[in-house]
Amino acid sequence: MGFDQYHEPPQELPAETRTFARLCASLTEEAEAIGWYEQRLAVETDTEALAIMRDAQGEEFKHFSMDLEFLLRRTPLWREIAQGILFQPGDIVEHGEESEAEATEGSEHEEGHSAGDSSDSLGIGDDAGSVR
Amino acid sequence: MNHLLRPLAPITDAGWKLLDSEAKQRLTPALAARRLIDFSGPHGWEHSATNLGRTAALAASPHKDVAAVKRRVLALSELRADFTVSVQELRDHDRGAVDVDLQSLDDAAHRIAVAENVAVFDGWSEAEITGIAAASPHKAKPLGEDAESYPRAVAGAVELLLRGGVGGPYGMALGREQYRRVAETAEHGGCLLLDHLRKILDGPIVWAPGVDGAVVLSQRGGDFLYDSGLDLSIGYERHDAETVHLYIEESFSFVVATPDAAVALTA
Repeated sequence: MGFDQYHEPPQELPAETRTFARLCASLTEEAEAIGWYEQRLAVETDTEALAIMRDAQGEEFKHFSMDLEFLLRRTPLWREIAQGILFQPGDIVEHGEESEAEATEGSEHEEGHSAGDSSDSLGIGDDAGSVR
Repeated sequence: MNHLLRPLAPITDAGWKLLDSEAKQRLTPALAARRLIDFSGPHGWEHSATNLGRTAALAASPHKDVAAVKRRVLALSELRADFTVSVQELRDHDRGAVDVDLQSLDDAAHRIAVAENVAVFDGWSEAEITGIAAASPHKAKPLGEDAESYPRAVAGAVELLLRGGVGGPYGMALGREQYRRVAETAEHGGCLLLDHLRKILDGPIVWAPGVDGAVVLSQRGGDFLYDSGLDLSIGYERHDAETVHLYIEESFSFVVATPDAAVALTA
């Protein structure tokens, strides 16, 4: 097993950055798996095999979504930009530009964080020890 | 700038980092409630109410032949614990001092953590929050004076939940005195009482300042819902030449969805 998710020497990275990198790697793997299943489903003709692969792809949707939510909770600026894009009807690119502009406006003095509510939060959430 | 007004404080980036880090360190071990319940959010300072999915009757409608009801929501409530920091101490920290006096911050962090625990476990009538212990239809059982009697009481609570069809694993919030007793006790054969209780519960035991006695509750999820608006954050109030006045603030509501998924054990 390799440690390819690290771009910098792991021993120089803080623990939270290593965790963040692991979840980024996991997010990538889940997205790849979703794409692979999409291709397999497109060519498979056996209905039983199709049902199994649809179920498996559903699992990957779930895993991808959980990874993404984790990363967004840990990254207030990313979360704020994502909120302006995800689940919004209309032009995706337009939403992206607007959301980025709104989120980054005035953030220069806040160490890259947005001016939203979560930027100044202590970031505890259920990290106080989510045990489930 | 948001409502916390942090840029107006005479505090450097390094100073804010120190204050945030200290607050997080002091708050985390004491925030017992959110370690045992479902945490939703944070949804932001503007988030003002939790949907209850219920309606209330209205005496009249705009038209005599049209029925009307009003949606019921639970308003979020705000908690705020004030504290001060010496300007001189902050400047010394900027120079590299490592023994900065943050006692006032530490006290505020503990106060607000205790307040949150009390609201969730005992309730907060002014905020229309019914606590887990108060909501439970199960008669509160005594833990007993002697820590060695705790396994029997906890096993009884677990059995009561099982009998009611409430699955595990289970967790337990223990008040300060009760936690101390558990932590210092080894049973016959040298087994730590803490480990024995964890095995009975199949879940965590949490130090819960503000709780008197203990609360055993299911950890299966969906039974106890904490709705966070602004999560714990430090804001700026005012300052003079000597002192900066700050506060720790949060907004939340709490709803018990399954009252019989918990059993209170009295001290």
